[in-house]
Amino acid sequence: MAITFVLNGNSQSIDVSPDMPLLWVLRDILNMTGTKFGCGMALCGACTVHINGEASRSCITPISTVAGKNITTIEGLSLDGTHPVQQAWVAEDVPQCGYCQSGQIMSAVALLAKKTNPTDADIDDAMSGNICRCGTYQRIRKAIHRAAAASPAKTNSAA
Amino acid sequence: MTTTPVLQRRDFLKTAATGSAVLLIGFHLPTSAFADSSEDQEKKPVNPFNAWVRIAPDNQVTLILGKSEMGQGIMTALPMILAEELCLDWSKIKIDQAPTNPKIYDLGTGGSGSVAGSWTPLRQAGAAAREMLITAAAQRWNVLRDTCKAQDGGVLHGARKQFFTYGELAPDAAKLPIPDFHTVPLKSSADFTIVGHDQQSVVARKKSTGAAKFGIDARPANLQYAVIARCPVFGGKVAKFDATKAKAVPGVRDVFAIDAVAMGAFTAGGVVVIADNSWAAMQGRKALAITWDEGPHAAESSASLHQQFIDNAAKPGKVVRNDGDADAALAAAPKKLESVYEIPFAAHACMEPMNCTVHIRPDGAEAWIPTQAPQWAQDVIAQVSGLKPESVIVHTTLMGGGFGRRYQADFAVEAAQVAKAVGKPVMVLWTREDDMQHDFYRPAAYHRLQGAVDPQGALLAWKHFQTSTSIAAVWEKNGLEKPEQSEFGTAAFIPYRTPNFRVEYTLAQSGVPRAWWRSVEHSGCGFVVESFVDELAHAAGADPVAFRLKLLGDPRIIPDFFGPTENKPLNSARLEGVLKLAAEKAGWGTPLPKGVAHGIATYYSFESYTAAVAEVSVKDGQVNVQRIVYAVDCGRPINPEGVTAQVESAAIYGLSAFMNDAITINKGRVEQSNFNDYEMPRINQSPKIEVHIVRSTEDPTGIGEPGLPVIAPAVCNAVFALTNKRLRRLPIQPADLA
Repeated sequence: MAITFVLNGNSQSIDVSPDMPLLWVLRDILNMTGTKFGCGMALCGACTVHINGEASRSCITPISTVAGKNITTIEGLSLDGTHPVQQAWVAEDVPQCGYCQSGQIMSAVALLAKKTNPTDADIDDAMSGNICRCGTYQRIRKAIHRAAAASPAKTNSAA
Repeated sequence: MTTTPVLQRRDFLKTAATGSAVLLIGFHLPTSAFADSSEDQEKKPVNPFNAWVRIAPDNQVTLILGKSEMGQGIMTALPMILAEELCLDWSKIKIDQAPTNPKIYDLGTGGSGSVAGSWTPLRQAGAAAREMLITAAAQRWNVLRDTCKAQDGGVLHGARKQFFTYGELAPDAAKLPIPDFHTVPLKSSADFTIVGHDQQSVVARKKSTGAAKFGIDARPANLQYAVIARCPVFGGKVAKFDATKAKAVPGVRDVFAIDAVAMGAFTAGGVVVIADNSWAAMQGRKALAITWDEGPHAAESSASLHQQFIDNAAKPGKVVRNDGDADAALAAAPKKLESVYEIPFAAHACMEPMNCTVHIRPDGAEAWIPTQAPQWAQDVIAQVSGLKPESVIVHTTLMGGGFGRRYQADFAVEAAQVAKAVGKPVMVLWTREDDMQHDFYRPAAYHRLQGAVDPQGALLAWKHFQTSTSIAAVWEKNGLEKPEQSEFGTAAFIPYRTPNFRVEYTLAQSGVPRAWWRSVEHSGCGFVVESFVDELAHAAGADPVAFRLKLLGDPRIIPDFFGPTENKPLNSARLEGVLKLAAEKAGWGTPLPKGVAHGIATYYSFESYTAAVAEVSVKDGQVNVQRIVYAVDCGRPINPEGVTAQVESAAIYGLSAFMNDAITINKGRVEQSNFNDYEMPRINQSPKIEVHIVRSTEDPTGIGEPGLPVIAPAVCNAVFALTNKRLRRLPIQPADLA
């Protein structure tokens, strides 16, 4: 039976096994490979997408559970790197191998949507589910602060 | 950044022979890589070229090279070097990944050697192209050459204010003789405007939008997906299997067995599940019923290996080096120390699990491989398929981490076996569990250090016994002559002066595959040497920095014990330089808050010099590394920002070795399976890292790995300074802090 959801702003209908994780629907059925496979157990965060705005691990999310929901993937932020968080990632030269960075960026965007000016402790809380084997953590921290500073929403109103 | 093969041998010969619209300059980059022990590799003739500069009439300058990008930044550093000599905007240089062709290429990326090995050849190639283009311009204007100069991607004739782009000149330049690389004038470093200046990575944008394509992202038409059930015991094989339930899983297309093979790369063989997507293949694998023949290593365990180490250590080892008489000096010394250090197997844990996509047709094959050794991959695919190597096109993709793991060809062998059976494009995907349990691990090792210092702080003797599961022994099981060569590195030519220096080695037997793990033997040897020096310093009541400086003594040149002719010698003055710089920048010796301490380590590896000061605190039995201050001397830094990034990365990888990395064996199999039981450092455990780069004018040397070996000893030395507890086992054991 087809499952329908909104993917990066467009309606998407998929007819696959209902227990197939969203990750594999994205990667193998829709060929949207920006979202990465790292562990399959929600341990590393490489597969992070937004489901109704919440950072979620697509590797353990059965496709049946996203019916009617809004999914945003890395491709949905911007394809040309103009999203402020992507720009901050480039400016701080964050990626090394780059494999985990889609997931890192999706976690960071979700954090900044909730806290427009996060502290280091906020960043630790929100980002510690994302592993980077190249160890770009220091730059991720700087990039999140940079994106926060660049955002027009940077006021105290969120506090 | 593209993975399209751009130049086949035929085109190359034609271009070179007749001259054409394209200016093409071929040159050779040495494979400053690990010796790979595949005999077929060794038999290959040395080819004249493995890299090219290509300038087309549309003014596109392309660098075609056989080096793989795994996050180390060569796609930035290498075009920077070329652009410096060629006088153009480096970011406009296109990089094409060289296609594998055994007749003209010699590919491989490892040993922290890409920049070091490319520096001179790339400069020479850029200078040769520049000189030819200037000559072509002078001829076209009919003016003297020295009235023309290269600038901004073209040639300028100052007097007439005339300008030709390189593209406009390329057809004429291509007809000129290529200058002798050894005499072509190179730019003075005083005129450098690109090299030595911070540059942003050219691939950062693609890696921030999901557009960057890794091996796992290959999607050729009609792709099928495969996973393999491998025997969990190393050396085991399939006895029998029942695929009935697996074949009933929706999306599963086929199930069959493949044999284990040893082609330099060792594979486990197993039962393959082919499906329409990765998930179905994994579900199919879960439904398999397999009986394993567990083979000869089914009784191996970490405990049995530890016992083997103890037994080996009770007997003298093979003498690797013997200066003076260390045993006599130790016997006579009034004050001596003896310490044992242990290091377990470690997995690479690249974020992108191993994978390989291959399509084998009757007339040829095509493969998409995240590999540090594309030519080796090509060879094994050719052997498995029965095709000639030149009929196998390998697309070297971006890699989601390499760290030495992707210098293996095991994943290519398996994929070729599967693709041969399937006849369609197929990706063999490894799950995290597969990746963790079928790695080629950092060897487990046991070191015993003995030393003595006189009251004046002179090192009377240094004796280092090691028993380990050597990397070399993986390939040389028979007639093994020098298993120690892959295990000591700098530990066999320590920079600390002593008249009595003895190094011994005993090989330990294991069925666990071993190979190169970031910084290879230096990760363990840096830990033991720099920890033991610290022990001696404390025993002598000396400051660890002052103690090291005294033992370094007057500047001298120390040959690489294992490569005295091919490797650069250790220059103790440069080591002293980074030691002093790290100490100064960290504020060594200045009072720290209560509960905080500094530890230091310094080491030479991959021809580079590093020192690190770790600032740690300990609370409730937890070591908190707050700050790491590095000084590094890797010769002339090409992209200082890239050097900094590599050192930051090595720090976290080294911290991982200190905190977590342990693969343990029970009943012949790996006990860990995923990031829950093989944990990685996370952002909340990530210290502040400062990197101070020596602005050397020496030729560039490695930087992908040298930052790693100093981390564990610097942290452990700081823990000792704070707690008086000496940590001699990696990763940290709570019992050792208690």
